Amino acid sequence: MAKEKKGVRLDHISKIYKDPKTGKDFYAVKDTNLEIEPGSFVTLLGPSGCGKTTTLRMIAGFESPDEGEIYLGNEPINALTPNKRDTAMVFQSYALLPHYNIFDNVAYGLKLRKMDSATIKKKVTDILGLVGLEGMENRMTNQLSGGQQQRVALARALVIEPGVLLFDEPLSNLDAKLRVSMRTEIRRIQQEAGITAVYVTHDQSEAMAISDKVIIMNGGIVEQVASPQEAYYYPKSKFVADFIGECNFLKGKVISQDQVEIDGVKVNCVTGKLQQGADCDVVLRPEGATLADAGDVKGIVKYSCFMGAYQDYHIQVGDSLVKIQEYNPKNKKIYMVGDTVFLHFEDNTLYAL
Amino acid sequence: MAKSQSANLDRKKLLADPIMVTTIVLLVVFLTVFILYPLAILLVDSFVSEQGGFTLDTFKRIMGLANFKRAITNTLKVGFLVGIASSLIGLLFAYVEVYVKLKSNFTSGLFKVVSMLPVVSPPFVLSLSMIMLFGKAGIITRFLLKIYDNNVYGFWGIAIVQTLTFFPVCYMMLKGLLKNIDPSLEEAARDMGASRSKVFMTVTLPLILPGLGNAFLVTFIESIADFANPMIIGGSYDTLATTIYLQITGAYDKAGAAAMAVVLLTITLLMFIVQKYYLEAKSTATLSGKASRERMLITDKSVTIPLTVLCSGLALFVIIMYICVPFGAMFKTWGYDFHLTFKWFKQVFTKYKGLKAFKDSFVLSLISAPITALLSMIISYLVVKRKFKAKGFIEAVSMLAMAVPGTVLGIGYIRGFSGGIFHTGFLQGLYGTGAILVIVFVVRSLPTGTRSGISALRQIDKSIEESAYDMGADSFKVFMTVTLPLIKDSFLSGFVTSFVRSITAISAIILLVTPSYLLITVQINEFAEKGSYGIACAFATILILITYTAVLLMNILMKYFGTSRKVKTEEN
Repeated sequence: MAKEKKGVRLDHISKIYKDPKTGKDFYAVKDTNLEIEPGSFVTLLGPSGCGKTTTLRMIAGFESPDEGEIYLGNEPINALTPNKRDTAMVFQSYALLPHYNIFDNVAYGLKLRKMDSATIKKKVTDILGLVGLEGMENRMTNQLSGGQQQRVALARALVIEPGVLLFDEPLSNLDAKLRVSMRTEIRRIQQEAGITAVYVTHDQSEAMAISDKVIIMNGGIVEQVASPQEAYYYPKSKFVADFIGECNFLKGKVISQDQVEIDGVKVNCVTGKLQQGADCDVVLRPEGATLADAGDVKGIVKYSCFMGAYQDYHIQVGDSLVKIQEYNPKNKKIYMVGDTVFLHFEDNTLYAL
Repeated sequence: MAKSQSANLDRKKLLADPIMVTTIVLLVVFLTVFILYPLAILLVDSFVSEQGGFTLDTFKRIMGLANFKRAITNTLKVGFLVGIASSLIGLLFAYVEVYVKLKSNFTSGLFKVVSMLPVVSPPFVLSLSMIMLFGKAGIITRFLLKIYDNNVYGFWGIAIVQTLTFFPVCYMMLKGLLKNIDPSLEEAARDMGASRSKVFMTVTLPLILPGLGNAFLVTFIESIADFANPMIIGGSYDTLATTIYLQITGAYDKAGAAAMAVVLLTITLLMFIVQKYYLEAKSTATLSGKASRERMLITDKSVTIPLTVLCSGLALFVIIMYICVPFGAMFKTWGYDFHLTFKWFKQVFTKYKGLKAFKDSFVLSLISAPITALLSMIISYLVVKRKFKAKGFIEAVSMLAMAVPGTVLGIGYIRGFSGGIFHTGFLQGLYGTGAILVIVFVVRSLPTGTRSGISALRQIDKSIEESAYDMGADSFKVFMTVTLPLIKDSFLSGFVTSFVRSITAISAIILLVTPSYLLITVQINEFAEKGSYGIACAFATILILITYTAVLLMNILMKYFGTSRKVKTEEN
């Protein structure tokens, strides 16, 4: 559908803001380099204040970078105003024009491009079909539910066939169930339209579900660019490990390239490029270990709670408290508070930082 | 760490938008030439001697004038009294409306009328009726109380008339604040054992104290800037505004008048700065939260009855004063001959060129109204939604105009434009034309329009305009297709308010109008001063009819074309 899939490249981009309280300048985004492939779905993920929205707004043109250059396709776009950029944004608050009906909202960008009314009508009808709103052309925006408004916002952005589609936390105003179904929908539509998409969210499960690649940001700096699997299994930093999914850090010592020592016990673990003998943090996901009467590392149960899908444990191992989730608890032995247990690490689950 | 690149890029982006740049440049020029320059020239006039050097002689001279010193104390005295009285009466009305259960629709109707009257009526109407009710030939003094030599002119006359004119403004301001107090705060205090009066003194009053101060200063500024009322009912009791007027029209002392205007401006500006930057922020900061739920209204009869009676009485009195004006126009000789007659109305049109006066006032106001409305919407859009260098300047200067008394502006225009800009003859052609009157109308109404536009725009999510911008619309297109339609109501009310303010304006205009233009307000002032109350009332009655029709028309238009109506019908 898109005329041309465009990639986005950020070349040493920084943005400086003034802290309103102290009056001091600080980097909201610092020296960021990114390469977004044409046709891919990329998510900027991070806690609030990490610079993800600022980055997105710089791509859209609402903010100007203080250092570096942004390229859309091969064209540098720093000096272009938002209306001259080949981008379209889906806003967090939908930002539909309340004085227009659905048809006019979606047709707004097309009319600005001076298309004839027959073409506009066809394009709007097609796109409303794609987002599942056929026949709603004459409704006003406040007659729609949140999910439907979101679809209109998406249709309005898609219909002008932008080189890049930008999403600014589009699902955060929807309830939990709708969020899950809408994100599948957004992914489907992006695939169908074959369009490049940059998506901002602070919800890591949303990011995992939707993206080809996630860009994890923290304090204005890109921590890692990776596929969801890679980021989950091989986080580059403690921050990434902690932000993507739940995570325990066990104190360990590197023995060899695939072994660490935890609490005096040697276990298999990917250590990457870490030096032998170095102290390290071993990343353990809650589902990465099972509990047994005998096993790798010994601990004491401090908390045990039935959650339906899994039994939730907090286990004291040495100085640290380890969270473990044992799925399908019906078929497993349940440990109570005070019990002594052993953690048994599944193959291929530990990763040292 | 340098922000130069983003500043550079922002500038480039701005320059890529020629309409926007032109608009900003034109605005800056307009504000500089028609607001800043006339005020600056007053400073030049009063501080620069004829030889061109710096001098304080002019100030020394006017400070030596006994009537000027008296005028300063007079003005401040009236201002303080009116400020305190208006804010207290305003508080009473607001409290009764928000806290007390009003039994009848009649009372709440009275409140509504009172809050609307100052909007639709010319500023000096109350002075007229005050004289007709309590003057030497006053109905109440002469015929009811049999006092034949009552003197309404002077301090008390001005103070009472101004209080009655300005308290509705305080009432509206304080009503908004009281409504924002979360009822649970007071309920908590009651729950802990405080009596109702204790709650008022320890919870309600402290919460709205900054707001009360704000109301006081706003009326204080209004009072000392007021020209028309002291002119009509002041008698020999001169205030700064009237003294300045007489200094230039009577004594032809232009430099002296300019220096006096500087003194008046300094007072109002100081008050304005305190009000705007200190109290206004404080009064809303403490009460930014919305009430969590409906307030339990006071139904205790020992409270409701006296308060309702007191307020209704006051409201009725104000309304009677307004009604007095059309009657004044229909009696043969006020105070002596109460036969109904249309001779005054007839004379307005046959003898005193009434038709031309109404036409001139009407046309000039009608020209200035759309200009003001559009200009204030543009300014609010730029101030709220865009960032650029001159933004602070535009916002500050258009707000500054609020603190400039009409008389001061009038003197500034005389000094600034009668000889062209800086007495060079440039733009001299403007002086004495209808165009300069229109400009004065625009400048005088701009702050109110801008303020309402700004508050309307602040409620609109920034991303709505961004989305249009992002879809490919340029600033002009965004403004025309998104911003303006969304603040249609504000535009419409700005239009009508500006029309009404212009057609009822007098203070600056009276100094600038030339014999080729007859303005209604100037006529009323003239006849009222001469004591021809019948004619003055006839003029005023027709004027009130015009303004009332305009406001009525606005309400109808808003009902059928306004944004609120559209949203309402969609919900059904």
